[in-house]
Amino acid sequence: MDLDPVLMSRLLTSLTLGFHIIFATLGVGMPLMISVAEFLGIKKKDTHYLMLARRWARGFVITVAIGVVTGTAIGLQLSLLWPNFMQVAGNVIALPLFMEVFAFFFEAIFLGIYLYTWDRFKKPFTHWLLTLPVVIGAGMSAVFITTVNGFMNTPEGFLLDNGHFAAVNPIAAMLNPATPTKVFHVLTTAYVTVAAILAAITAFMILKKKTSDYHKKALQLTMTLVLIFGILSVLAGDVSAKFLAEHQPEKLAAAEWHFETEAGADLIVFGWLNDAHEAIGEIRIPKFLSFLAHGDFNAEVIGLEEFPEDVRPPLWVHYMFDLMVMIGFTLVGISMLYLIFSRVKKWNEHHKGILSLIVLSGPLAMLAIEFGWIYAEEGRQPWILRGYMTVEEAATNSPYVGIMFILFLALYIVLGTLCVVILRKLFRNTPVEAELEKQYPTLEKGDTK
Amino acid sequence: MSYEIIGITVLWLFLYGYLIVASVDFGAGFFAYYAKVTKKDHIINRLIARYLSPVWEVTNVFFVFFFVGVVGFFPDTAYYYGAALLVPGSIGIILLAIRGSFYAFENYGSKNSNVYMFLYGATGLFIPASLSVALTLSEGGFIVEEGGAVTLNYLDLFTSPLSWSIVGLAVVSVLFISATFLTFYASRANDHAALKLVRGYALFWSTPTIIAALTAFIFLGQHNERHFNNMMDLWWMLGLSVGFFMIAMLLLYAGKYYGLAFISVMLQFLFAFFAYGIGHYPFILDPYITIQHSATHESMGIALVIVFIAGLLLLVPSLILLMKLFLFDADYVRGKK
Ligand code: HDD
Ligand code: HEM
Ligand code: HEM
Repeated sequence: MDLDPVLMSRLLTSLTLGFHIIFATLGVGMPLMISVAEFLGIKKKDTHYLMLARRWARGFVITVAIGVVTGTAIGLQLSLLWPNFMQVAGNVIALPLFMEVFAFFFEAIFLGIYLYTWDRFKKPFTHWLLTLPVVIGAGMSAVFITTVNGFMNTPEGFLLDNGHFAAVNPIAAMLNPATPTKVFHVLTTAYVTVAAILAAITAFMILKKKTSDYHKKALQLTMTLVLIFGILSVLAGDVSAKFLAEHQPEKLAAAEWHFETEAGADLIVFGWLNDAHEAIGEIRIPKFLSFLAHGDFNAEVIGLEEFPEDVRPPLWVHYMFDLMVMIGFTLVGISMLYLIFSRVKKWNEHHKGILSLIVLSGPLAMLAIEFGWIYAEEGRQPWILRGYMTVEEAATNSPYVGIMFILFLALYIVLGTLCVVILRKLFRNTPVEAELEKQYPTLEKGDTK
Repeated sequence: MSYEIIGITVLWLFLYGYLIVASVDFGAGFFAYYAKVTKKDHIINRLIARYLSPVWEVTNVFFVFFFVGVVGFFPDTAYYYGAALLVPGSIGIILLAIRGSFYAFENYGSKNSNVYMFLYGATGLFIPASLSVALTLSEGGFIVEEGGAVTLNYLDLFTSPLSWSIVGLAVVSVLFISATFLTFYASRANDHAALKLVRGYALFWSTPTIIAALTAFIFLGQHNERHFNNMMDLWWMLGLSVGFFMIAMLLLYAGKYYGLAFISVMLQFLFAFFAYGIGHYPFILDPYITIQHSATHESMGIALVIVFIAGLLLLVPSLILLMKLFLFDADYVRGKK
């Protein structure tokens, strides 16, 4: 196969990361959801919440497995596909990558203990304490890997001495300007996404069967979390845009089709470009780009014209950005609607329409994660290390990348399909009602345990 | 000690750790499948599942730790090994992915699927075989750099007796280490039927292990004389290794002190592995990468060592807790919890 190794390396990296990020996001968010549910269960002495935590944890085991193996794949592929990048950048980013592994290690140990010790402690509270290291470990691994990605966007913490990195300061590299906003946005969006997916599954169950107390409580809990983290995500997205305006203006300009530097810039939503690079058919929100970029409707926003042609990101990232933002507002909107309906006595929050919207919000949230990453990574083009090394210079020159791409594609198809099949089987074979009765038999007799 | 020596020592220790925990895991997968084929699965598979379920993820992290650490301490390894290992590395990743995820599927999802069991058993032997290629490559002669491009000479690799002897050694060691561990675990669980079976496996795989080790050593001498001679200078370590092997065999035959027998096997591999590693010094990849010239910047090296120590302070107590709960809690091992 005579395909360009650079192109194939990019495709293979996108494939693995695009697949890994689904499970990574679940891996960051699930522990928090499990922890919250178990905490409520112990606090309220409500076996329904305990059962939620148990069932979520059981499903989580399957997705963690895929997260771990695809993560191992991307970790190795970074060296296999981008050897030149790792040789140079490895000098500066080894520290967060190394710390990430420790975070995984920590998480893995306590997750193992958590899963197999449900009834081994005298006080249920002791078992809940085990969720804390898992939540922290998962969160920290996201933090560390995000600092690496931040470094690729705004490299800092070294001096360049004829082509070699000198005077390396690993801490400064980790605390590069992109880190704070990125970490904030990545964490909040992981939490909102997982809450939305769990809500979607619950809403689907209610639509299919009749409603039970168990499902109602689950929906109420997850939708509350969607609202909280949804608002935080939008807030974090806003500060991310302000960060871009200051430190990576070409990425924001590409996303907004903002060609000329001007004050009081309009926000362009959707539309398409004609041959003269003018937006047509778009929705124009006056002066909102200036507000998004600087928090001031009359501020000046740098346009793409200030950058040479060959370092401008592709313009199609506009759609990625718009879709992500739209989904962000949709998630907040749906969760608000549900919560308002559940507050007002006369209205029925388990109306078919609302439940269908909630079912939709789960996949939408995961799509927003994908769009967001594609925007973030494509918006950095042509650089792999902004200002220092291009993607082309970084890639391997091995002719076999094409074949490997096919192998990995097949692997991910098998893993993805099996994951869905197994999860469905797992929950269909043990319905909630049967399990509640088995685990907490006293419940049936009307005792409060 | 300079930071690069600390770095390589730490990494080598971790690779040794992976060698032991992964061998137990890989071998157990094979034995579980073998027992199924020979209709003895009712005897040992519960025992294997009880040990493996809580710890499989931890095993994988040992490996990730090693390769992330190597690239961190010695970024040149990414350039040479990364460029050369694309194909064997990718195959290794795919095998690891199949194994890890299928283990979870089998264990938590659908029980007793024959296809899963087969894949689980087969990957247990193929993964050590494909990972061991990295050790063969480090001996030099297979990876060449010409005109700024690094390539792997597949023909030489596949026709080299050294590479096949290392593959053989990897596979039989996995089975031997695993069988000894399972013997110890079965005796803790007071499971006499399982004990009898796995003790048989352990005794069976001991002889091939020592033969494969000698064969690989002889072929190493033909391929890389410098490394061979360095190891000969460490004759006392090799001697200790053989000594511990003898002790393990005696205990296994006597049918006593299985815990001690497993520790002896661990020491046997510790000394052999370190004699091999020290003999390799100063090269990481003969002749392109040496420890001194490829080390990362001093500030990064020191930061990594500090993080490593801090990480250990966090991990060692957690690991001890894990072992207390699952390995040394007699009630758990016996299946009462
Ligand atoms: C559920 C997912 C989700 C939702 C609803 C949003 N985002 Fe987002 N966004 C992400 C998921 C995401 C992400 C996957 O987490 C990214 C990719 C790279 C990153 O750092 O976070 C991201 C990146 C990202 C960036 C680029 C940051 C960079 O490259 O440094 C900006 C400017 C925004 N987002 C802005 C927003 C705004 C204004 C939103 C308002 C509604 C929004 N995002 C909603
Ligand atoms: C943290 C989560 C990350 C996700 C989900 C992610 C996602 C992506 C995606 C979708 C692409 C494809 C872009 C394209 O088509 O060109 C990409 C490219 C790439 N990413 Fe990231 N990225 C992440 C972080 C990182 C990190 C931490 C690194 C390196 C340490 C990295 C290295 C690369 C490289 C080398 C490419 C290929 C260059 C390119 O084609 O743009 N990424 N990533
Ligand atoms: C923001 C994006 C990312 C997030 C939030 C994330 C998070 C995660 C999570 C939660 C897991 C599962 C581990 C577990 O549950 O124990 C995982 C596995 C892993 N990830 Fe990612 N990841 C991201 C991107 C990346 C990238 C770009 C790399 C490559 C450098 C990477 C390397 C790994 C590795 C090596 C593992 C396996 C570790 C193990 O064996 O336990 N991750 N990641």
